[in-house]
Amino acid sequence: MRRWRFSPRRFGAILVKETLQMLRDRVTFAMMIGVPIMQLVLFGFAINNDPKHLDAALVATSQDHLTRAVVTSLENTGYYRFTHVTDSAAEAEAQLASGAVSFVVTVPSDFSRRVMRGDRPRILIEADGTDPSVASGAISTLGTLAQTALNRELGIAPETAQGPNPSLEIVVHRRYNPEGITQYNIVPGLLGVILQMTTVMLTAFAVTREVERGTMENLLALPASPMEIMLGKVVPALGVGAVQVFIVLASAKLLFDVPFVGSLWLLLSGVLLFVLALIFLGYFISTFARTLMQAMQLTTFFFLPSLLLSGFMFPYRGMPVWAQWLGEVFPLTHFNRLIRSVMLKGGDFEAVSGPFTALVLFSLGFAAVALMRFRRTLD
Amino acid sequence: MIAIDVAGLTKRYGQKTVVDGVDLQVEKGEIMGFLGPNGSGKTTTIRMICGLLTPDAGSGRVLGMDLGRDATQIRHEVGYMTQRFSFYEDLTIEENLQFVARLYDLRPTARHVDAVLAELGLQDRRHDLAGTLSGGWKQRLALAACIMHRPKLLLLDEPTAGVDPEARREFWDHIHALAAGGMTVLVSTHYMDEAERCHRISYILQGRLLVAGTPAEIISASGLAALDLVGHGLEQTAQELNNEAAVDQATIFGNALHVVGTDARKLRASIDPVATRDGLAVRESAVTIEDVFIDLVTKSEKAA
Repeated sequence: MRRWRFSPRRFGAILVKETLQMLRDRVTFAMMIGVPIMQLVLFGFAINNDPKHLDAALVATSQDHLTRAVVTSLENTGYYRFTHVTDSAAEAEAQLASGAVSFVVTVPSDFSRRVMRGDRPRILIEADGTDPSVASGAISTLGTLAQTALNRELGIAPETAQGPNPSLEIVVHRRYNPEGITQYNIVPGLLGVILQMTTVMLTAFAVTREVERGTMENLLALPASPMEIMLGKVVPALGVGAVQVFIVLASAKLLFDVPFVGSLWLLLSGVLLFVLALIFLGYFISTFARTLMQAMQLTTFFFLPSLLLSGFMFPYRGMPVWAQWLGEVFPLTHFNRLIRSVMLKGGDFEAVSGPFTALVLFSLGFAAVALMRFRRTLD
Repeated sequence: MIAIDVAGLTKRYGQKTVVDGVDLQVEKGEIMGFLGPNGSGKTTTIRMICGLLTPDAGSGRVLGMDLGRDATQIRHEVGYMTQRFSFYEDLTIEENLQFVARLYDLRPTARHVDAVLAELGLQDRRHDLAGTLSGGWKQRLALAACIMHRPKLLLLDEPTAGVDPEARREFWDHIHALAAGGMTVLVSTHYMDEAERCHRISYILQGRLLVAGTPAEIISASGLAALDLVGHGLEQTAQELNNEAAVDQATIFGNALHVVGTDARKLRASIDPVATRDGLAVRESAVTIEDVFIDLVTKSEKAA
């Protein structure tokens, strides 16, 4: 009877074989190198839980020096960046609803006069509360800052300003989510994440499976056009997506009690577009991948950064500009804007026309490229 | 009428020329056997003929359609059976056939499917998943699928590889029945016995078409002669004869040694003394198609 001892030679044989196979699978190898780098960059540089330089709208009818002093002091906190100055409250309101700005600061028209009169005028700060983590830092620093600035402007010594009788009042409204409930933000976003996780995968295998199992050669010989093949594969996936949408929306309502203030039809058409974009994206991936394993890896490779950069996990506005631009490439980013706006803020079509257009472009773009990449021959 | 008429078909992959100037003519209603070793370019040639691959050079007509311009049209008119089983293993026989029938827009689907199920004796297994079928049944399903739209030309790429002899015989009976009905068949194979069931055969080696004709024509054109030596201890005799100048091949088949050479008289002269010495009987023997093809391979190897 031969005794089995550990043989360095046999061990070596397996070692060499495994290394060769690993190096030959380029996609896996690229993932092994690419994923850590991507994560390091995104987590290290792009993600910021205390976002600054948040876009804000200023509603002020007069531009006197006291108003400017208060606004400058807000800007100096580093949290606010006034990108829109208007005298129309409705316009600012629309911008908050569409997500173009995170804050609206309203300074009353007779602000200076009332300060002079010792009337304690109110400055209203409305914060977009859908993502509670965005507003918290910005709001907590408000406190005495504006007061200090105002005092400096009025020539009052700092120590007297600490007195019990401040000359202005700052009122903060957390809009859409006054209690700052995290679920209100997470659950709608989760719909996008769940849909993305499953639907992309569903069609990412569509073409690859035919190629890997050898059925593609036969399918090409049969009289079916690339468009017929694509649509035939896409529509069933759409059905699966519809079921998922129903489950998530129903549980958002029943389990988490997420408020739903907008139009259901607007939301559903947005979701449909999003699912379509995802399905075409999956189909697009499947024209690249040669094996199912590669299709899966490419899907993950896409999934990970979209999760981090779309504003689902971390505030979008808190990211550096380059990361925000990168975030625009993901349908999930636009879907997050759309669903938060419609579901939580009651945004109308005009408020979400941006994300709508983006999702339509994504769908058409992915479908067109996938069709172009589809080979009618085996060349 | 001529079903396939192509000239100079060439396909290159990088530096390698896989198919090199193949000329091929197949008459309507003819069964053309397409033979050659593995990697000789059979599959690539068939794929070019059915429009799935674009030739790098060469042209021709298939069923009267231009190979370059009407590639898509050709693909849809011919029946092409791939070498690798290419139906959906997670669908039943019937579901696979329904899928194909609908793609060809054959109406009503059920009637076309039933007809082809009956034709190939698949009725009893119509609800079996394609993935659970044995090799022979898979081939029947594949044949059923590619004749359903009644193509005028069938291209079969090694349809009987790995199939047992009985199933192979039945498969060939089907092919003959189809040809009798006017269908033209181009079939590639490894099996020499199948070559003899074709009306005409062509032999491809390293991308070049070496011969084409009826089996009898090819054998007589080769000019080869064959003798059999019968007796014991053939192994040593075989080795010895293989070194003789007049002997091209000496191969043992059971208790006979099959000896092939280009010159009948010289062959006899070099064999007789050996046979007498070893006490072996010499018998006249027929040259087979296999002898001719092995001769072609050896000569091309010597030339290279």
